[in-house]
Amino acid sequence: MQGYIYPNEFELQWSLLIVVYPYLTGLVAGAFILASLARVFNVKEVQPTYRLSLLTALAFLIAAPLPLLGHLGHPERAYEILMTPNTRSAMAMFGFVYLWYLMMVLLLEIWFDYRKDLVVWSRGKTGVLASFRRLLTLGVTDLSEDALRFDRRAGKLITIIGIPSAFLLHGYVGFIFGSIKANPWWSSVLMPVVFLFSAIVSGIALMLVIYFFSTMLRSRPVDMACMDKLGSFLLYALIVDFSLEMLDFTQRLYEAEESISILGQMLSSRLVLSLIILQVLIGTIVPLVTLFLVAPTVRKRGFLKVPDEFRRLLYFVVAVFIQIGIFSTRWNVVIGGQLFSKSLRGLTTFKVGLLGIEGILVAGAIMLLPLVILYILVKVVPPWPDAEAVVESELTGADPVPAVQPS
Amino acid sequence: MADERPTPGGIDRRAFVGACVAVAAPLVLSAAQQAAPAAPDTAHAAPDSAQGATGTPRYDPRTHYYGMGVDVSKCIGCGQCAAACKAENNVPLDPHHFRTWVERYVIHENAEATVDSPNGGIDGFPAPVAEGGVVRSFFVPKLCNHCANPPCVQVCPVGATFSTEDGVVLVDESYCIGCRYCIQACPYGARFLHPVSHTAQKCTFCYHRVVQGMVPACVEVCPTGARVFGEVHRPSSPLTRFRRFNAIQVLKPHLNTEPKVFYANLDGQVR
Repeated sequence: MQGYIYPNEFELQWSLLIVVYPYLTGLVAGAFILASLARVFNVKEVQPTYRLSLLTALAFLIAAPLPLLGHLGHPERAYEILMTPNTRSAMAMFGFVYLWYLMMVLLLEIWFDYRKDLVVWSRGKTGVLASFRRLLTLGVTDLSEDALRFDRRAGKLITIIGIPSAFLLHGYVGFIFGSIKANPWWSSVLMPVVFLFSAIVSGIALMLVIYFFSTMLRSRPVDMACMDKLGSFLLYALIVDFSLEMLDFTQRLYEAEESISILGQMLSSRLVLSLIILQVLIGTIVPLVTLFLVAPTVRKRGFLKVPDEFRRLLYFVVAVFIQIGIFSTRWNVVIGGQLFSKSLRGLTTFKVGLLGIEGILVAGAIMLLPLVILYILVKVVPPWPDAEAVVESELTGADPVPAVQPS
Repeated sequence: MADERPTPGGIDRRAFVGACVAVAAPLVLSAAQQAAPAAPDTAHAAPDSAQGATGTPRYDPRTHYYGMGVDVSKCIGCGQCAAACKAENNVPLDPHHFRTWVERYVIHENAEATVDSPNGGIDGFPAPVAEGGVVRSFFVPKLCNHCANPPCVQVCPVGATFSTEDGVVLVDESYCIGCRYCIQACPYGARFLHPVSHTAQKCTFCYHRVVQGMVPACVEVCPTGARVFGEVHRPSSPLTRFRRFNAIQVLKPHLNTEPKVFYANLDGQVR
């Protein structure tokens, strides 16, 4: 502790779990936006990541409320947010935004996209998996051309609705912080926008990692066109994200309101590692420079001609760096916003514990859970392009291409 | 007949007198209730019971609107208010949970201020460390400002914290989910999460006392009368008198929370 803090500020109100929460929802929004690039904007190169992105978004969305729930003083009363919401509260909208996104966007889109496959995969099969897949078709087994066209159209419409919904999902999380006028570190109109773009950055980076990793695990060739496109999208998103953050920073510095002195002290003492080194240097500058040099953006092959094997490794490393940087960003918002006193006269400290509900172990488990969920989802509804069922029976009378199980 | 002749304003005398009584009676009654300490039997009457065996009139929140005045120049930093508050309201006794506390400001010759509040002022204050000399020193009692425009109420996702009709911001402990958003939204550090109940807590203006005609515990024990409790809108209220005779400031007015804790003789250093 340094200087004066209000006595009640001794304890940090929001700790590690609340850092994890915006990190997870950011990944959901980012992964979905990548999927919609493939679907709505017809970016052919990233097509191999389309279904994988949808499943990743779903897996992370399922895990996203857990840190919130674990953090509540009375988790058994959490349902009251849905039952008796205070309509003036930003946080009360969480349940509705979440459910809208889960039920109306992700599940629907995934269902329309996979219905054909589910029917083909389960047809004439027995066993638990086939029965479960049959159940997932909800009894809609029509594979006629009309039905399939309807699936495609519905899926596209949902994606179009889904893009603003994804913006809403994470922009809204930014608003939860940005609308707190009591806290000068949070209170910024740019907060939802910065959250959104950092979400896109983190989502694309995550999909790059998952695509690369899963392809390697399945011993399939990595699609370099896809990796290059992901790399260049990552660069564009990173440029926008970093520009917004610098704009926010410059604005604060230039306006120099009464909080500037204590925020400056916080920056140069408490946040050196997490903000300057991890968020800005490792998580932004290094990826920016690397991607600028190797990703095919301005030039067809990038500024440095790098062999494919090395380039995809660079993408992978950069994406991991970005994950570290984005997690640090969430940390710097959530924890940073509580390290200085609202009396603007002092700084407090925060130490993460290993055990306990707010400890590293629980937070780590919650962050790994989406990967476990994703593993299960992938087993049930394989997202790989080579696993996709092709309904040729109606065209040629031949048997449908059987589902190839992920290795 | 003369009695029935309409007055120039269009109301007859009987109606006028009736209206006067109707308007004045609650004012006089509640003013009397406030001026005189409540009798022991009335003080322990259930606040919401209808006119009961004791003959106490039912407490009507619509006829009150409370606030507090704090005269900074009268505070001697004894910390009795903070101690009384902890005893009255079952506030944890550790030095990190307070519904009210006292801050000491020491203004140095270079115009810098150092602030401290060891154990909320309950154990008194050590002699100030005077690096380069002290220009001035004073104490500032702090508590929930019972804002008319309370950010904590706005953000509560389930409406567990709310503004009462009589102008007090309260928390429903049986409803609070413990998300701590209200604590984040309070600009004054007036809220905390109770370590046992796991719900948000804050100053209630000793609502349980106030509805029985008593003043909050901190006001009751203040030896110098630095705290004044009363009605904001009533001309006869001690608070109105306090506001009439002092230049008033509130904390962090730029945040537009419209506090109802009014400070007299407040220094610009206080945040």
